[in-house]
Amino acid sequence: MAASNHPGDVDSASEDGARRSFTTASTELERLEMDLLLLAIYRHHGFDFRSYAPASLHRRIRRHLEIARVTTISGLIELILHEPSALQRLLHDLSVNVTAMFRDPTFFAEFRSSVVPLLRTYPTVRIWHAGCSTGEEVYAMSILLEEEGLYDRCRIYATDMDSTVLEHARQGIFPVSRMKEYTSNYFLGGGKRSLSDYFTAKYDGALFAPRLAKNVLFTQHNLAMDRGFSEFNVIVCRNVLIYFDRTLKDHALGLFSESLSTLGVLCLGRKESLRFTAFEDQFSALSARERIYRRNK
Amino acid sequence: MNARYDLVVMGTSTGGLHALTRLLSALPASFPLPIAIVQHRSRDSDERLSLLLRGASLIPVRDAEDKEPLCSPGVYLSPPDYHLLVELDCMALSTEEPVAYSRPSIDVLFESAAYSHGSAVIGVLLTGANQDGTRGLRAIKQRGGYVIVQNPDSAESPFMPKHALKSLLPDRVLNLEQIADELITRANETRLA
Repeated sequence: MAASNHPGDVDSASEDGARRSFTTASTELERLEMDLLLLAIYRHHGFDFRSYAPASLHRRIRRHLEIARVTTISGLIELILHEPSALQRLLHDLSVNVTAMFRDPTFFAEFRSSVVPLLRTYPTVRIWHAGCSTGEEVYAMSILLEEEGLYDRCRIYATDMDSTVLEHARQGIFPVSRMKEYTSNYFLGGGKRSLSDYFTAKYDGALFAPRLAKNVLFTQHNLAMDRGFSEFNVIVCRNVLIYFDRTLKDHALGLFSESLSTLGVLCLGRKESLRFTAFEDQFSALSARERIYRRNK
Repeated sequence: MNARYDLVVMGTSTGGLHALTRLLSALPASFPLPIAIVQHRSRDSDERLSLLLRGASLIPVRDAEDKEPLCSPGVYLSPPDYHLLVELDCMALSTEEPVAYSRPSIDVLFESAAYSHGSAVIGVLLTGANQDGTRGLRAIKQRGGYVIVQNPDSAESPFMPKHALKSLLPDRVLNLEQIADELITRANETRLA
């Protein structure tokens, strides 16, 4: 079959032009509505999403519109200003709470081989896990540290801006349906035992051993709004900064840089880097591939 | 001179490696628009896809990094297990839930491009065996962008382009070997004052 020109081609130039300027205006209108919504959330509730990466934030808002059965963002503004539970539901949908145990197993293998030896030289190790969501990765790190004989000297601060996910994280119960994937990740990440040694399955939940949370303090912290609160040897913040715009990412990296001890270790997500940021010169790569950096002296 | 378009987004699934190899090899090294591509790939796929495409393409090909500035000429591939999105001036990644079992998802890339770049987007949907991409092409169309669908008869796996053609009118339906020429023509189009 020869390629066909579709009826879309026959629009006259003027019609086409009119259609295009119309859609541009509607795009502008939607941007205005987005700005107003984010301002409304900030002024009314205090959470500041104005420096989040716009493309994925817009996607989450569109998806929320469908769930909330509202047709326009303006309609959503009215809803959240007059109905507190609607605001809570929106805030929950705007934060990204997708996580996994030992996501990117090679990161955990690299952490074992290049960060653990450094940590052995410290009498106590302070770790900040920023943006921990429901905690899967925190438990993964506890398992790793326990297997390396370091857990007892570690104090882990696991933070998220969303108090409901922290409550979930404290319980340490994750879906049994994910355990097959996590077991495979665990082995690829250098796991030394069997992942099933660490949890008890009950119905569809896997309850992780409470000792894995013994040295963990789950507490609320908002990277966009709160200041640093201590000094750390390691900061883990993986796949969180991707949801921030460049300004907020720089702000968070500034916070991390201030909060790290000299030669402290910063772990980012697999496709996040310090390139394109103001902090490139303050850190050296321990593993460029796994995005493990060390603060310079 | 003001170019009419400033970005190309492409999506493909089954048969995509072959189609992308042919399409990219037919574009000149100086192709003036950045090209962002979602090719469905498994969570643990390695760098072979980018290596193969790098071998075929005159334009530099890379797995996209978060906040990497949009440069042209340049081809940006979705890394495995992330959604790829475009902002006004940079690439963005997301670990949000798979959409229709896919992460990366073509719809996510296309919808983000439509939102960030409005009518300046060219969307291209190639061979594939699922429904991903249709919704995203509609978003591009709605905001006045330009939509090309591979002629299903020329596609290794016709389901995806066919599915799109059922619910939208693209600007062009083209055989694979015609798409590169069409892109070159569109890329040189200027904006009416």
